[in-house]
Amino acid sequence: MTAETLTLGRAVGRALSDALDADPAVVLIGEDIGRLGGVFRVTDGLQARFGADRVIDSPLAESGIIGAAVGMAYRGARPVVEIQFDGFVLPALDQIIAQVARIRFRTRGRVRMPLTIRLPYGGGIGSVEHHGESPEAYFAHTPGLRVVTAADPQEAYSTLRAAIASDDPVLFLEPKARYWTKGEVDVAIARDLESARLLTRGRDVTLAVYGPLVQTALEAATAALDEGIEIEVVDLRSISPLDVDAVVASVERTGRLVVAHEAPAEASVASELITSVVERAFAALEAPPERVTGYDTPYPPSAIESHYLPGLDRVLDAVDRTLGRRSSHELLEGSAR
Amino acid sequence: MSISLPVPRSELIEGLDAPLGVLDPEGSRRASPLLDESLGDVDESVLTDLYVDMSVVRRVDEEAFALTRQGALVLWPPLRGQEAAQVGALRALRDEDFVFPSYREHALAVLRGADLADVLAVWKGAALSGWDPFAQRLAPSQIIIGAQTLHATGYAMAARRDGGDDIALACFGDGATSEGDVNEAMVFAASFRAPVVFLCQNNQYAISEPVGVQSRTPLALRATGFGIPALRVDGNDVLAVLAAVRIAAERARTGGGPTFVEAVTYRMGPHTTTDDPGRYRDDAEVAAWHAKDPIDRLERHLARIGAPVDRIREEAAIRCDAIAAQVRAAADRIAAPAPESMFDHVYVEPTRRLERQRAQHRAFTASVEGLR
Repeated sequence: MTAETLTLGRAVGRALSDALDADPAVVLIGEDIGRLGGVFRVTDGLQARFGADRVIDSPLAESGIIGAAVGMAYRGARPVVEIQFDGFVLPALDQIIAQVARIRFRTRGRVRMPLTIRLPYGGGIGSVEHHGESPEAYFAHTPGLRVVTAADPQEAYSTLRAAIASDDPVLFLEPKARYWTKGEVDVAIARDLESARLLTRGRDVTLAVYGPLVQTALEAATAALDEGIEIEVVDLRSISPLDVDAVVASVERTGRLVVAHEAPAEASVASELITSVVERAFAALEAPPERVTGYDTPYPPSAIESHYLPGLDRVLDAVDRTLGRRSSHELLEGSAR
Repeated sequence: MSISLPVPRSELIEGLDAPLGVLDPEGSRRASPLLDESLGDVDESVLTDLYVDMSVVRRVDEEAFALTRQGALVLWPPLRGQEAAQVGALRALRDEDFVFPSYREHALAVLRGADLADVLAVWKGAALSGWDPFAQRLAPSQIIIGAQTLHATGYAMAARRDGGDDIALACFGDGATSEGDVNEAMVFAASFRAPVVFLCQNNQYAISEPVGVQSRTPLALRATGFGIPALRVDGNDVLAVLAAVRIAAERARTGGGPTFVEAVTYRMGPHTTTDDPGRYRDDAEVAAWHAKDPIDRLERHLARIGAPVDRIREEAAIRCDAIAAQVRAAADRIAAPAPESMFDHVYVEPTRRLERQRAQHRAFTASVEGLR
């Protein structure tokens, strides 16, 4: 199988197209996904090819979209739902949390709920309110739901195919700032929905990231190498469940951990991952783990979002702290943290 | 998709001024050109079946209510007064039609043949759902108000896409009509001409709030705003409900899309066994509805047509006594599930994280037992 070069957005579209081809039970439903091809054009051409009863332009009602998809699944469909933007998923929380995520549990496995919910997320696109959110922690806190993301076109293709094939409900978070990132995609490559991957090897610091921050982490690793610091970049890929084993294995090599994501810090994926690593590998830690996250504020106006989002310098600043090197925290009065 | 209302809005609703019915409270039969067309097969034997079914359902309800008072169940939302709405609606469906109930539709589970222990397990706190949804063609009871109406609509959308002639029935109450999900369900159903019947049992109260808190118009009128035809019927008249749901089901089956059936009825009992309706409604109101009791009404009708009422009542009593004993036995045999079963069925395959927690729970339990 030869690989082709696609943007991440196109890779998502290719995964949807291949899934529609592979399984007549697959149905797409969402706002503007038909004739328009979605506001990001991810579903471009799919309605023309597969018909309006398999690529469904839905009414503008997010709870309705998820609830209708639940009913379709009861009748044997394998729905793939698009929620247009991260900030628009909130009206659907009851259907996702109280219905989708627990119908299997409620019915002792009799009703499967093989929904995939696609959700463009993350900031950095210079937009308006509710278009730059990172709501993953709400969903990671929900038993019964798998929460995954992807950092590059190959990951996006393979992860989405796995999500659609899964009989568990999966929230697939698409890093919208990376939709236009290009990369090789080999459609024969399969992946699972719960393992992290190690992107760089290094002896000094483990840097755990996912989605939009994977690229930032790789840049941080390159920059740090100039100063002789070796960073192991772990792409978590699965936010729930977290591949704690992979991070623990890395921390046992490096003794230091930095976790970065765009979402706020409080009760976050970083909080959960660091807690899990401390529980399992306390003795291996040579420094307190660090979080680099969005601040605990609502997402700010995009004109200042670069100050909110964890960028290269904030990540390197945290890496320095774990190594006992000078960092911005020394500027804090009394070093109180 | 262009916009056009199939008929003028005023013609979308029947029964707006007074709910349609064919049996008055004294049991006399009156004509209804619309409903009578769907009641051609109703003879003494059908009437007897409906009478027995309603009696059996009422007895199950009474027994479960009593068991809850005795502490054998943890909670029970009684259906008393709504037997005609539920029995009539179910009778109008085919076995393959899929029903999405709320939590008060015990009649549907009982008459679809669910194991009584499965019906009661939820109300003993032993399970989160009972029967096999695919065996009974009945989704689990739904506690989140109105959420199931979207499931019914999606099911119907899929049925239409697959070219089937099966339909979905969405059951909900007057309170649910204020929920966003119910309104969204009507939007989806109308836009996609989904073969779904919206059965609103307007039992006048959402716990303590009278229906006027939910709506200043008859509930059925709301459906017409979505372009959904509506039938407003006397919900204590089992034949009226049977006919209305038959009309709605036939429309759905033949590509006519959704119909809203408002069954105007009354919740004779409390919201649940923990409720105290004396705080929000007076005895005169309850007495007035008591005079419209759906089972008494059908019994009077059977007498009027010369049916052997004594024999029918006796037959019903035998069936009721039998099922009452079954209800008590079923409640008794429902056991709490094994504690470790809470780790099952969260995902298709347990995650490593859950396996670890299961092992921790097992080890902890063993260590505590070791101390005893």
